[in-house]
Amino acid sequence: MQLQIKYFGLLAEITNCDQETLEFSKSQVSDLLEELYIKYPLLKQKDFKVAQNHEIVSNNSNITNPEIALLPPFSGG
Amino acid sequence: MDKKRPIRFLKPNRFTYKELNKNSEVGIRFLLEFILSGVERQECMSRYNRHIILSDVGPEGQNKISNAKVLVVGAGGLGCPVLQYLAAAGVGTLGVIDFDIVEESNLQRQILFGTSSLGSNKALAAKERLTDLNPTIQINAYPEALTPQNALSLFNDYDIIVDGTDNFETRYLINDAAIITNKPIVYGAIFKFEGQVSVFNYKNRASYRCLFPSPPKKGSVANCTEVGVLGVLPGIIGTMQANEVLKIILGFDGVLSGKLFCYNSKTTETYSLKINKSNSEFEKVLNNKENFENIDYDFNCKAIINEISIKDVSKIKNVHYLDVRELHETPKISLDNCTQIPLKELGTKIHEIPTDKTIIAFCQSGIRSNTAAEILQKHNITNCFSLKEGAQAIIEQLKTEL
Repeated sequence: MQLQIKYFGLLAEITNCDQETLEFSKSQVSDLLEELYIKYPLLKQKDFKVAQNHEIVSNNSNITNPEIALLPPFSGG
Repeated sequence: MDKKRPIRFLKPNRFTYKELNKNSEVGIRFLLEFILSGVERQECMSRYNRHIILSDVGPEGQNKISNAKVLVVGAGGLGCPVLQYLAAAGVGTLGVIDFDIVEESNLQRQILFGTSSLGSNKALAAKERLTDLNPTIQINAYPEALTPQNALSLFNDYDIIVDGTDNFETRYLINDAAIITNKPIVYGAIFKFEGQVSVFNYKNRASYRCLFPSPPKKGSVANCTEVGVLGVLPGIIGTMQANEVLKIILGFDGVLSGKLFCYNSKTTETYSLKINKSNSEFEKVLNNKENFENIDYDFNCKAIINEISIKDVSKIKNVHYLDVRELHETPKISLDNCTQIPLKELGTKIHEIPTDKTIIAFCQSGIRSNTAAEILQKHNITNCFSLKEGAQAIIEQLKTEL
């Protein structure tokens, strides 16, 4: 499946893009994260939530929607 | 609008309310109050006319706004636009809490402050500007930090809490105190060109901890250190927060709760995330509420100020003094290893401070030097101390050494 991954905040600085399209053949969120950690090792040190279909999903959820978002907390004000 | 507060609308040169008040003839008082309430109503009608002619607001809605009590935590990039719009809208009681002082680098986005506010406490400076903007409302300024010790009693005095802070410590403190006192939080946060807005703990819906249960790992998210921001972004996000506050007060249906709204000012993209309520996150806070005042929210990188006594300074090698007093203050300290930068200019003149020395900041009594040490740490000059005593102690120490 082709996934559209959106990166927010400082995650977009690590990946150097706001969003990208990835070919993904496995099933779970944790599999996707493994692939992303290989591509962007710095992501592993960051705290963020993964959202699918605009809802937070856990690492053992299945990926069923092509749009995935990675959202970190912001503290600035 | 509020019959309990007609006096606030008085213009002292036009009315002699006090004199008439002494003359307690019921008829005269009644007549006067009748006239005053009319004057007051007319002033409100005129000031809030564009609200009142909205069919969804009307005089009843404006009355709700003038009876509302809103506390804004932080008068920074987010707090300033929130306060400005809520004061202008006529929120009857507006509280603002901030311990920080206005620095020149704030002025690019913290729009309540001008050059004349430099060096002033933000809560007090905000109150001054807001009083001019709308003298008919009550503005309470708290020039102090929000802490577990003062949060609950402060929150109890208000209906809605606005989170305009710039650090995770205070965000989690606000979340937990709002759960305990059962108050909605209008949340806003920014990072460079992006912002997040939400309303937490509103009508039994999700809290901040339902989204991010615990603070991020130390160093995993920029915190405390200064990151750049385009000045307009907090203006947009803060204005959205003010909008949510008014929606809550007016009882509108579309309050932004149970979801996180994300906005990117560079791409104009928006993203909404649904947040489900987690009862266990509420329970964790409520189960610990008896112990709330003792909880340490200082989990991240809040600056710890190292204070030093003059007798211990001589034990340190390679010392450089930083005099943060105003140029006219005495006694003068003329040492080769001393730089004078008044506190309000410190943020913009950091580059004048040597980075290979141990900095001893001093003032007259050790108070401004504490703020100075905090500012230095924010700018990554961590090898610094605040002198407990003041300039006089340095002179006496020099005399003893001679």
